[in-house]
Amino acid sequence: MKATYREALNQALREEMRRDDRVFLIGEDVAYYQGAFKVSKGFLEEFGPRRVVDTPITEPGFTGLAIGAAMAGLRPVVEVMTFNFAILALDQIVNNAAKVRYMSGGQFSVPIVIRGPGSAAHQLGAQHSQSLEAWFCHVPGLKVVAPATPYDAKGLIKSAIRDGNPVVFIEAQLLYPTQGEVGDGDYTIPLGVAEVKRPGTDVTLIAYSKMLLVALEAAERLAQEGIQVEVVDPRTLRPLDLTTLAASARKTGKVVIIEEGWPFAGLGAQIAESLYQRVFDYLDGPILRVTGRDVPMPYARNLEDAVIPDVNRVIAAVHQALYRK
Amino acid sequence: MHLYTQMLLIRRFEERCAEMYALGKIGGFCHLYIGEEAVAVGAVDVLRPDDYIFSAYRDHGHCLARGSDPKRVMAELFGRATGLCKGKGGSMHLVDAERRFMGGYAIVGGHLPLAAGAAFAVKYRGGDQVVLCFFGEGAVPTGACHETLNLAALWGLPVLFLCENNRYGMGTPVERAVALYQDVSQNAAAYGIDAGRVDGMDVLAVREAVSKAIDHVRTKQRPYFLEALTYRFLGHSMADPSHGHYRTKAEVDEAKRRDPLLLLKTRLLTERQASDEDFKRIEQEIVNRVRESVEFADASPFPSEKDLEEDVYLP
Repeated sequence: MKATYREALNQALREEMRRDDRVFLIGEDVAYYQGAFKVSKGFLEEFGPRRVVDTPITEPGFTGLAIGAAMAGLRPVVEVMTFNFAILALDQIVNNAAKVRYMSGGQFSVPIVIRGPGSAAHQLGAQHSQSLEAWFCHVPGLKVVAPATPYDAKGLIKSAIRDGNPVVFIEAQLLYPTQGEVGDGDYTIPLGVAEVKRPGTDVTLIAYSKMLLVALEAAERLAQEGIQVEVVDPRTLRPLDLTTLAASARKTGKVVIIEEGWPFAGLGAQIAESLYQRVFDYLDGPILRVTGRDVPMPYARNLEDAVIPDVNRVIAAVHQALYRK
Repeated sequence: MHLYTQMLLIRRFEERCAEMYALGKIGGFCHLYIGEEAVAVGAVDVLRPDDYIFSAYRDHGHCLARGSDPKRVMAELFGRATGLCKGKGGSMHLVDAERRFMGGYAIVGGHLPLAAGAAFAVKYRGGDQVVLCFFGEGAVPTGACHETLNLAALWGLPVLFLCENNRYGMGTPVERAVALYQDVSQNAAAYGIDAGRVDGMDVLAVREAVSKAIDHVRTKQRPYFLEALTYRFLGHSMADPSHGHYRTKAEVDEAKRRDPLLLLKTRLLTERQASDEDFKRIEQEIVNRVRESVEFADASPFPSEKDLEEDVYLP
């Protein structure tokens, strides 16, 4: 069955809420407005205001409230309108959600999902265009997921909801309308498992979320030059499936990592370091990174385009990895 | 008499903590509750076992008042494997899930949303438990406090916000920190939350006020904000003197004249015919219990380094 990324999330959340009364959705405009990006379309009608909870604009308040509710036995799904606003709730996410289990010596856990779109869309300006996954990946106690396809979004959000730990689940505005094949009914994809999205032999491209689409397009164009690119999507960023990533790197000997976020202390730096530890001897050259540029996001369309990694920059990086001009 | 016993347990326990801190047995930040015992004891006495409690970083008194084993509390402060949190929490993060003591939290104001969340869960399930949330007046100016008051009022959450106003946020007096300092509870009134004040040095007054407040919360399914006027006799933490740049010795001495233990003892002697013998016996019992807690902690093993990475994630 074909569905958009948005519909896949809608189906998965709906199925989970039908399956388990403890699961509820809370956030700004999730009920009557049906979600800023319409992910919760029809939910208020089906589940009522008890389980689809509109909040005032109060990220620390409702995120903290959801964490407390999780400690008391519920399974909250928090929608942040965008992850830029989750910065306001960072104290709750980092100091409470991520640490309660450890600080209590395992007495409490926090089964919560914090989800919403990250990364840039079009010309939303510096405060609405950030890719902050590295911030969350830094924190022990959190899991971080960033699916790229409708199929993965559905299977992973279900696993995130059923997981006993806090999961930061990062979607993307530009992915919501994208279409793909989605499995019928109930299926899950385990957290922490990467997938080879396109097999190849010459070079490994590692990309997640929206950047997977860029990687796949680059791979297609490179195939026309006779370069067989293997594209691997980690899907879960923490815990990272280094086994799958390292297997691909070992096979091709060349690695390019694509991320939309800032380069300095970005996630690609961590992935590269982890791969160097495991496969250094198999590499033909340094691991290369294609990242967002090191600036707050500009508004002007041409400048914004210059910031976000695109197919041409990826192709150039692959050429560089292969020592081609 | 049991209220006196509870308060004395906290007093003697905290005094031993100070000694153990000086000996280096307890590390880190250690905020003692001496002077404020009547608030925890009077308030927790009213709760049912299935009600929830959240606390801040000055949490030893609340945890002991809830009935946690002093041995396991002391062991936690010593950083031992037998501690409530296996030595991973420490002074500011005591947790006792069995008693629904949901924890001490050390980012000021940050635990108020959690308390509202537990209350949300109660309401979601149609239960009749209440949540008691302790915090200091220093938390009142935080955004988290105001966001929580708004949500709790908006959604009718069964939380009792119990503000322990000990007049100082570390070294900053309330009048330099809170605009409505003369009556901190007015901050709640602004959100339509019923509020009151009580003499936090008088354990019987606290118990009565909390009892009424809890009834209000449980029966009306509305939050309530109670301000308990109290005073800490020692410094903010073990690192600070009891007086100095921000308050005078005379002020501290004046406050000590209304020592909550003394006030109750006087009433028990005059109104309830308690005898000096009774107090001697209780004193001895408590001193023994606290000594046992220190012995237990001292004899307990340190947590094993092989468990270092346990409890980060639920497997």
